[in-house]
Amino acid sequence: MATSQAVVRPANRFFRRVREGNEIAYTITVICAASILLVTVLLVFQLWNNSGIARHKFGWSFIGSQTWDPVNEDFGALPLAFGTLVSSALALLIAVPSGLMAAIFLAELAPPKASDVLTFLIELLAAVPSVIYGLLGIFLLVPILKDHVVPVLKSTLGWLPIFSGPFYGYSMLAAGLVLAIMIIPFIVSVSREVLLAVPVEQREAALGLGATRWEATWQIVIPYASRGIYGSIFLALARALGETMAVTMVIGNNPKIAMSLLAPGYSIAAVIANEFSEASSAMHAASLTELGLVLFAITVIINGAARLMMLTTAEHAK
Amino acid sequence: MKKIQWGWLKSSMLAVALLAFAAASSAQLTVTGAGASFPYPMYSKWFDEYHKAHPDTQINYQSIGSGGGIKNITDGTVDFGASDMPMTDKQLAEYRTAQNQGIQHFPTVLGAAVPLYNVPGVSGDLNFSGPVLADIFLGKITKWNDAAIVKENPGVKLPATEIVVVHRSDPSGTTFMWTDFLSKVSPEWKSKVGANTAVNWPVGLGGKGSEGVTGTVKQTANSLGYVELLYAKQNKLAYGKVKNSSGKFIKAEVDSVSAAAAGVEVPADFRVSITDPKGDKAYPVSSFTWLLVPEKIKDPAKDKAVHDFLVWMIGPGQTLTAALDYAPLPKSVVDMEKKALGLAADAPVKSPAKAAPKKGK
Repeated sequence: MATSQAVVRPANRFFRRVREGNEIAYTITVICAASILLVTVLLVFQLWNNSGIARHKFGWSFIGSQTWDPVNEDFGALPLAFGTLVSSALALLIAVPSGLMAAIFLAELAPPKASDVLTFLIELLAAVPSVIYGLLGIFLLVPILKDHVVPVLKSTLGWLPIFSGPFYGYSMLAAGLVLAIMIIPFIVSVSREVLLAVPVEQREAALGLGATRWEATWQIVIPYASRGIYGSIFLALARALGETMAVTMVIGNNPKIAMSLLAPGYSIAAVIANEFSEASSAMHAASLTELGLVLFAITVIINGAARLMMLTTAEHAK
Repeated sequence: MKKIQWGWLKSSMLAVALLAFAAASSAQLTVTGAGASFPYPMYSKWFDEYHKAHPDTQINYQSIGSGGGIKNITDGTVDFGASDMPMTDKQLAEYRTAQNQGIQHFPTVLGAAVPLYNVPGVSGDLNFSGPVLADIFLGKITKWNDAAIVKENPGVKLPATEIVVVHRSDPSGTTFMWTDFLSKVSPEWKSKVGANTAVNWPVGLGGKGSEGVTGTVKQTANSLGYVELLYAKQNKLAYGKVKNSSGKFIKAEVDSVSAAAAGVEVPADFRVSITDPKGDKAYPVSSFTWLLVPEKIKDPAKDKAVHDFLVWMIGPGQTLTAALDYAPLPKSVVDMEKKALGLAADAPVKSPAKAAPKKGK
């Protein structure tokens, strides 16, 4: 018996492994994993290829130029990249503190039943299509900003350059606010999970040493969960950077760089969505594709920086 | 031996299937077009009516935008294209290089761009002249009670508020009409901005689509924008009058838009801008929209189907326009198109079923 098993030929062994399912599972999973790489490579390749004439014509000045002129076929990315970065930064500025506070409440302080119901609602919000948030922006946010918020802002902080100039509703501020509302659910639901995953012993030890509930949360639980919280913020930022529909509906679609948050702006994703289908010339289409490349680069740089930051904080923690 | 028989059976089945497929496809010819979205409701009505009258021809149209239409026809992925802006000489040259033949423009219907505004306390039609509109869109006239606007609107009490300019953020045939008109009436607009489906706007907010512009104008007090006439009519929006080259303030209506096309000398290739035309009754901010048809579609059956459709379009097709608020082509243009289609100028344009009887029926 023992000898007959020892002389099983390699081919037979392979078929046995196939029958057991290992090979098939291996093949399927490896193909799926490789396809991710393939999609990324194809994406860069296509963006690079289709933006050829624009890259050739404008070179690096594409990134620094402020003109977006389809008539004279003169294109530059700066005001659009500016709009993308400023609207996303504004969104983070609003969403991170409020999202984090909500997550702390849900994970640490709320009664479990209330926490479950609220969490369910928040996860529902994360699944709402962005065009709906755009409508919310147009019908609710813009009128409220125009009639109530901005008059107050102008009378108190109007001397700040970021609140100068006339306000028509459609603005960088409106875009930042809509984005903030859209990304808060991401921050809340991921951060809550992370906070809940902090071992109970950590809290017990802090409380045992005489810390108050809030001290235990703020000084022990939050630092313990910080990497996961950063993760939720970067996930939210990625969504804000790439958000198209809701932004284009409220940002005012004007490719100018303005100091004031009350002035209209434009973002990379919004201009691509607006203009690509009707691009009037090959150069116009190529420039829009190059904008896609710029947005891709911004995303890669920010995500790379995020990774780096998380690595260094991990080392600090050790 | 058995195997060979099986092979025979298989190949004969395949042949039968292929024949059946060929028969099915010859029974109904499918022609594909793509392009402009402004005339899409008209085209879809036309293609539907035409299919009812000619069950053997099915025309599919994808409303992907004028730029996409020109690109697709240049790449040869559709049988015909459609655009709200005539192809430029450069685009024609690109087409010739890619397809090794020329392309013809056929005007189908007319559209117009109208000024849309929201000024609290002002009801009724406001009057605008071209130069004033150009100065407003250049950011030179900034207040509603500017002397230039007041002069054109005697008796209307205009507020001393800032004008909020609203324009399209997506490239559009409406923007082309609007900027083409401003370029003709204002040298400064021509040199600083120019005419195109999308331009580098000196001032203003961008709204996506007609609905985006309309929504922004409705929500923003003291705003001024422009929309396609058809959209304004279907949504019962109040819009202003524009001064034509005869010095009259004209409200855009189906008749005044058709009159604009009659007031222009149309060249043989139909690539013409009809903004700021001659004529007392002509509304000055209007344009043709065109079908772009290759001189020779490779498949002769499709070539004939498109030709037959065009003949039908300038005949019975034109009678269907008014119901959808599109302005029909003036007779002078219909006559020119007849000539371009190889018909006598006085030929009655009726259903091409009579002009080209089907074989064997």
